[in-house]
Amino acid sequence: VNVIELWRSLVGERSESVVNLVERGAVRKFAEAIGDPSPLYADEETAKRSRYDGLIAPPTFPRTFEYGRIQDMYWPEAGMIHGEHCVSYEHGPLKVGDEVHCYTEFKSYDEKESRGGLLGFIALERFGEGPGRERLFTMSDNVIVTPALRRKLGA
Amino acid sequence: VSQETSNRPAWKVGDELKVQTLPPITRLQLIKYAGASGDFNPIHTIDAAAEEAGLPGIIAHGMLTLATMGLLFSPYLEDGYVKELKARFSGMVFLGDELSIGGRVLDAVDYDEGSLYTFEVSARKGEDVVASGTVGFVVFGG
Repeated sequence: VNVIELWRSLVGERSESVVNLVERGAVRKFAEAIGDPSPLYADEETAKRSRYDGLIAPPTFPRTFEYGRIQDMYWPEAGMIHGEHCVSYEHGPLKVGDEVHCYTEFKSYDEKESRGGLLGFIALERFGEGPGRERLFTMSDNVIVTPALRRKLGA
Repeated sequence: VSQETSNRPAWKVGDELKVQTLPPITRLQLIKYAGASGDFNPIHTIDAAAEEAGLPGIIAHGMLTLATMGLLFSPYLEDGYVKELKARFSGMVFLGDELSIGGRVLDAVDYDEGSLYTFEVSARKGEDVVASGTVGFVVFGG
C-alpha cells in the first residue's frame, strides 16, 4: 500500500489510551537535561511549601509519555522533520504522582507544492486525561515529509 | 510569622524578559536529553547517523530548544504556570551553538484563574531564529 494513501486513510483514527505516571526521578532527570534549575521540579521541600503542595513537571514533559499506537500507523525510521509543537494545559502544570491517561489522534495529512517538490504535512494530536477522564493537556505536532523522503517511500 | 517574599510578576504589554544566553550545546547534553525524553533518533547523538541523513553533524532535538524557552518562565513558577507553549522550528542547532532565548509581552488579560499574559518568544543563534512562537503564562489571582 502506498504510504501516502495509508496516511490519508488514518485521518481521524485514535490509539487506545495508555496510563502514564509522572515519576519523580523522570522529572528530575528531564529538568536536568533541559538545564532548568527550578526547585519546583526537583526539591521536594521547596515544592511542598509551594502552592502546588509538591513537585511539578516542566511544560514539555508530556513529550516523554507513551500515547499508544494508532492501528496500521506507519512511521519512517528516519527523515521526518519536526515543524511545529504546541502544548496547552487546562488547569495547571502536571504534578509528580499524577496518573495520566494518554492517547493520540491522527489529525490530518496535507500537501503543499514547494520549490523542491511536493511537501507532506502530518498533524498529530496527543491528549492527557486525569483519573476521571478530565482533560489535563493537549499536545499538537506538525511533522514535515520532505520531497526526498516521499521519493524514498515510493510515493 | 514567616513572610514569604514574592516576586509576583505584573507585566505590561511591550515588556521584555531578560535575554538569556545558554551554554554551548554539548554532546553530553543531547545524550542526557535523549535518555530523559526517550527520543533516541540517532541524528541527535551519533555522527555517522547524522552524516547518513545528509547533515554536517549531529543536531539538537527541536524539543530541547523548545524546552529551553521554558527557562524564561522558571523564576515565576511560584506565582503562575505555563498554560500554553507553541513554537515553530526554523533552523538547526549544532554542537557548540550558543542559543539566546528571549520574550516580550504581546497581550495581558484577566480571567477566572488570574491574569493570562501572552508572550512572543524566540530562540536564536546569533541573528538566526531557530525557533519562535508564543507562550501563555498564567499568574494566579490573589
